[in-house]
Amino acid sequence: MNASFNIGALAKTKWYEYLVRFAFGGAITVIAGTLAKHFGPVLGGLFLAFPAIFPASATLVAKHETEKKQKAGIATSSRGRQAAALDAAGAALGSVGLAGFALTVWKLLPRYNSAFVFLAATAVWPALAILSWRIWKKHLCR
Amino acid sequence: MLQYLFRFLVGGTIVSLFSCLGDALKPKSFAGLFGAAPSVALATLGLTLLADGKVYAALEARSMVVGAACLFMYSALFTWLTLRKKVDAAPATIGSLVVWLGVALGTWALFLR
Repeated sequence: MNASFNIGALAKTKWYEYLVRFAFGGAITVIAGTLAKHFGPVLGGLFLAFPAIFPASATLVAKHETEKKQKAGIATSSRGRQAAALDAAGAALGSVGLAGFALTVWKLLPRYNSAFVFLAATAVWPALAILSWRIWKKHLCR
Repeated sequence: MLQYLFRFLVGGTIVSLFSCLGDALKPKSFAGLFGAAPSVALATLGLTLLADGKVYAALEARSMVVGAACLFMYSALFTWLTLRKKVDAAPATIGSLVVWLGVALGTWALFLR
């Protein structure tokens, strides 16, 4: 299955679910900054890769999938778990891209223009993440 | 105080944008890539760069490599718990989060500090 984009899927998410994600994201950004300020950049930097979106989105994915099956008259909770597990498998592959992003900033930022480094790192993330996903899909996901 | 509010708004906005992208994408495994988007990093590193300079931001990025490895473990553990051990999503996220914190802080204490 190829990747596809469906803007209509956004309507399935309720307003308070968007609010929860916004609050999670905002809170972890403040926490990361505060930790760096009090304990230094080495500890604070760890939290730049904190699973900020994942807990909220995985539980939402499981909930939406379970509701969908219940509406179709299928009483099962395993589909919700399977959907969340697939989301997590994607996040594991995405973390390869995230490591590439961090490595690019770490190695290039002291030597090159900041805007260029951030652009390069932001390009490295999807490139590595999508490459990992394609390899996983082709060779490992059977 | 104003700086914290600014961080909160920037972080919340970037995280929300990436999660919306994830919602609109299919299949689930591809959408999941956005669960590991550099959303917090983009919000934080930009502000850090302006406030503390390049060397400070690069040090944060070095630790972030370790954080990303912990995120890989976190996601793999979550997949194993939900698929193989039939644990529901909510307790699995909390259990995996404890592992993320343990491994990240353990690595910091042993190797990075």
